[in-house]
Amino acid sequence: MSLRTPLSRVRGLGASRGGTEHFWRQRLTAVANIPLLAFFVIFVIAYNGADYETLTGALGNPIVAAIMGLVIISGLIHMRIGMQVIVEDYIHEEFAKLAILMLNTFFTLIIGALCLFAVIKLGFGG
Amino acid sequence: MAEVSKSRPISPHLTIYRFKPTMWMSIVHRITGGALYFGTILMAWWLVATASGEESFNTMNAVYGSIVGQIVLFGYTWALLHHMMGGIRHLVWDTIHAIEKEQSTRLAQATLVASVCLTLLVWIIGYIVR
Ligand code: HEM
Repeated sequence: MSLRTPLSRVRGLGASRGGTEHFWRQRLTAVANIPLLAFFVIFVIAYNGADYETLTGALGNPIVAAIMGLVIISGLIHMRIGMQVIVEDYIHEEFAKLAILMLNTFFTLIIGALCLFAVIKLGFGG
Repeated sequence: MAEVSKSRPISPHLTIYRFKPTMWMSIVHRITGGALYFGTILMAWWLVATASGEESFNTMNAVYGSIVGQIVLFGYTWALLHHMMGGIRHLVWDTIHAIEKEQSTRLAQATLVASVCLTLLVWIIGYIVR
């Protein structure tokens, strides 16, 4: 039992306990995603059909590797928050919700670890 | 407090609204977002296979170059570009622009037209430079 009034609690962080932080981070990453994923699409078009040496050479460029890393980080933070919103909208049973939100975080981290390690390895020349 | 939180409204009440372009595009934005979520597996395989050496790179290339692979990648391209257009629309709305009935409807239609045109453009250029 808290002695704080409901109004005082809501003023801080609201019902989600996270305040507007997720909302804001979703917008921030959405804005960042526009140039980053445009770069990704253009890169894939430019190197589609390229052989192994050409592609690894391109991904070995430090600037390309750094941007690719940002594509992954911004994209994954954005998609994790986005999926959390979807889960919270449709899954109302408390245990199932917690379990799926946990899986959401695990999936994001696994994809992130794989992609980032690959990008860094390629960045250092394969 | 407990009773209050039990009876509070939950979203989204899809069944009580008449379907309109803005509503369709809202649903499609969510579906494409969800598709892109799992689509990151495609990106991960592309990077991991390339980083693992020439042999795994060739396997990945053969799968992505197959008919089924190309269809999946075409769908992924559209989902990404449509979600991007829809996202820009959301960001425009966040600045309190184009939220009037006619404008928002036109913007919703524009996102679909733009995403289809861009997807075709990307694939046409992709096949030309290949
Ligand atoms: C390409 C640039 C992108 C932009 C501009 C963008 C923009 C947005 C915006 C503004 C929202 C919030 C929509 C709302 O409040 O209803 C959103 C939601 C979402 N986005 Fe993105 N996004 C982009 C890329 C991505 C990518 C690459 C992924 C996945 C890997 C993704 C996954 C999601 C998901 C799962 C949601 C939640 C959908 C929902 O709540 O209905 N987005 N996006």
